[in-house]
This record gives sequence, C-alpha cells and structure tokens, in this order.
Amino acid sequence: MIDPLLLFDVILGLAIVSLAVTVLVVRDRFAMIVLVIVFGLMSALAWVRLAAPDVALAEAAIGTGLTGALLLATWRQVRTEPERWPALPRGVMVINMGLCALVLAGLVGAFLATPLGTPGLGVAVADNLADSGVEHPVTAVLLNFRAYDTLMEVVVLLVAVIAVWMIDRGVSQAPQPTLGPELGDLPRGFARLVLPAITVIGAYLLWVGTSAPGGAFQGGAVLAAVGILLLLTQRYQPQPSHRPLARGVFVLGVAGFAAVALLVAGGGRVPFEYPADHAKTLILLIEGLVTLSIAATLAALFHGREPEAISTQGGRS
Amino acid sequence: MSIELLALVLIAAGAAFFVVGTIGLLRFPDTLCRLHALTKADGLGLGLTCLGVALLVGSVGEMLRILLIWGLVAVSSAVSGHLIAGHVLRSNAPVRGR
Repeated sequence: MIDPLLLFDVILGLAIVSLAVTVLVVRDRFAMIVLVIVFGLMSALAWVRLAAPDVALAEAAIGTGLTGALLLATWRQVRTEPERWPALPRGVMVINMGLCALVLAGLVGAFLATPLGTPGLGVAVADNLADSGVEHPVTAVLLNFRAYDTLMEVVVLLVAVIAVWMIDRGVSQAPQPTLGPELGDLPRGFARLVLPAITVIGAYLLWVGTSAPGGAFQGGAVLAAVGILLLLTQRYQPQPSHRPLARGVFVLGVAGFAAVALLVAGGGRVPFEYPADHAKTLILLIEGLVTLSIAATLAALFHGREPEAISTQGGRS
Repeated sequence: MSIELLALVLIAAGAAFFVVGTIGLLRFPDTLCRLHALTKADGLGLGLTCLGVALLVGSVGEMLRILLIWGLVAVSSAVSGHLIAGHVLRSNAPVRGR
C-alpha cells in the first residue's frame, strides 16, 4: 500500500517541474506570467509539505503575490511592443547551458555528500532557543543567530528600489503610463472593505512571528498589498513632495537594524549579541522597522518610477 | 468520530465542486461561461472546505481565522470575477449571444 501523501508529493513535484519547463517554452508573455504565478503557488504548497510554513508564507506572499503584481505591471508597459525576442547568439546559449549544468552538478554533489538522517543545525537552534528572546526557531535564526544575513537581505531590497528609481530617471522622459483603466466603484468599495482587514493581518503576521510562523517579510508583503490596492484604486497618488518621506521609510529598516547592532556592540558585546533581558523588545523593534521598509519598498517597486508632477508636460518636476 | 466523518464529507464535497469548476473552465466556450463555472466552484468549494476544516480545528480562535479567510477569499473572488467580466465586455473578445 503506497502512502497516498507520497503519491500527492510526486504529483506536486512533477507539476512544479513541468510548470517551470512550460514557463520557459511558452511564447506568450501574459501566459508566461500566469504560469509563473501558478508555479509560485505550487512551490508554496511544496514548502508546506516540507513542513516549512515560514518559507511557504513568504513564497505565497512575496514570490507569488507581489512578484505576480510586479510582472503584470511590467507587462502592461511592454505589451504594445512586438512579441519577439532577438535570437541569442549560440555562444551565449552554450555558456548558459554550461553554467546551469555546473549549478546542477554542485547541487547533486551537495545532496550526495550530505549523510542521510543527520539532524543538521536544528539541535543547536533548539538548545539555544531560550537565549534568543523569541519562541519561534525560524525567527530566532533570522533575527538573532544569523541576523547579519538578514540585514544584508534588507539591504538588497533597498538597493533594488534605488536602482529602479535611478534607471527610470535615466531611460524615459515620456509621461508616466497610468497604472490601469479607471476601475470603477466596485474595486473602490472592495478596497474600503478589505484594507483595514489586510492592515491588521499584516501587523498580526509581524507580531505572531515571535512564537509561530510569520515575521517581517511576510507581514511586510501583506502591508505592501495595502499600498498596491491604494495605488490601483487611486486612493493614494504619489506626489513629488512625498519623495523625502518615501526615501526615509526605505532606509528605516536598514538604519534601525544597523543601529541596534552597533548599539549592542557598545557594551563589550559583538554586534547582534542582544542583552538577554531586552532581546525580544529589540527583535520586535527591528522587525517593526524592517516591515515598514519592506512594505514601502515593494509598493514603490510596483509603482515603478519615483513620483513626479503629472501636470507638467514631459518636463521633470 | 461523527464530527470527523462530517468534516471529511464536507471537504470531499468541496473538492468535488473544485473538480467540476475546473472541468467547466477547460470545456466552456467563452470567458464569461468559464467565469460562471469558476466562481460557482470557488464559492461553494471553498465554503464547504472551510466548513469541514473548521470542524476539525480545536479552538474557537482558529475557527474564526478560517471564517475570516473564507470571507476575504469570497469577497476578492467576487470582485475579480466582476473585473474580468467587465474587461471581457469592454474588449472585442468573442462572447456567445452578442
């Protein structure tokens, strides 16, 4: 008798691989984006099956929801261009295939070299969980044991939004394309109905991260959805005068994170060695600031270029 | 035991609605018909599944969270259906009986 869940896992794995192949093969851009979104949902399901709900939440919220929104917003701007890709030179294709084969060989090697059934670092994390300030092991790892890596991840997001604003400033002097057609009354009512709920859910995900799956990235992604809904329903229209505030919120996470690290390093500790009495407070403080930054950054990435005065014709404000 | 059986029946019925809706999505001729199949399946399928899962969880808090999820998905599903249908009507896509 086969375990029915094993059958489910095999089907799920095959579906993910075939979705990935289809994304690469299909020639229609819109179909491609839809397939990427489905691929993300299936991956989130796979993470659930691997008993990693934190990763599943992040994959569903950022990898699927927000990436899907970013891709669709991009598609809106490029869809009038002909659906033809210039042919790649054969040399580039061969080099790409070689690099992919190297990555695959590395992964297979790493998998084969790892002895089966070892507990990994899970035991070490469980042993030191009491000193971390939080009860959820994933948050303990992300915000305490390897907080430096997480700081770098937040820096990556900051660099991304800086790059998008810089590139858009350079390449295009054309008037900003609108985000979409006038959506009408129903989506506005929908926004009024769900926006308070989404805001509470985002804050809840942040708070619950100390003791259960959740945290800054998941909460930030949900709050970014608030920003996207506000932009789509035109309840919030970015103005040039909002730029300083936006920049401040973008750097809030990195600045707060680094400031805490440096401050705790003052009293003869190493950076990120939080004093045991205040560990939970400090972690929540960092996570709160990072959540705000992530939400603002992702919503700004969806909006695209930095806000400019719409009334001026062609000229920059 | 009987509660678990009832939950199982509800979840199975929900899954059946999803299967029927998917068949409709694949077989129906135009976007509006497909939308019709999908929204019905979505509404009833998800409602029954949530009801079944709510019977299985232990605490009132978790039940309320499942209820909240169901409500949010139901509202967004209805609104997306409306948006897609409006887009179809404004565009020149083939619609039966137009």
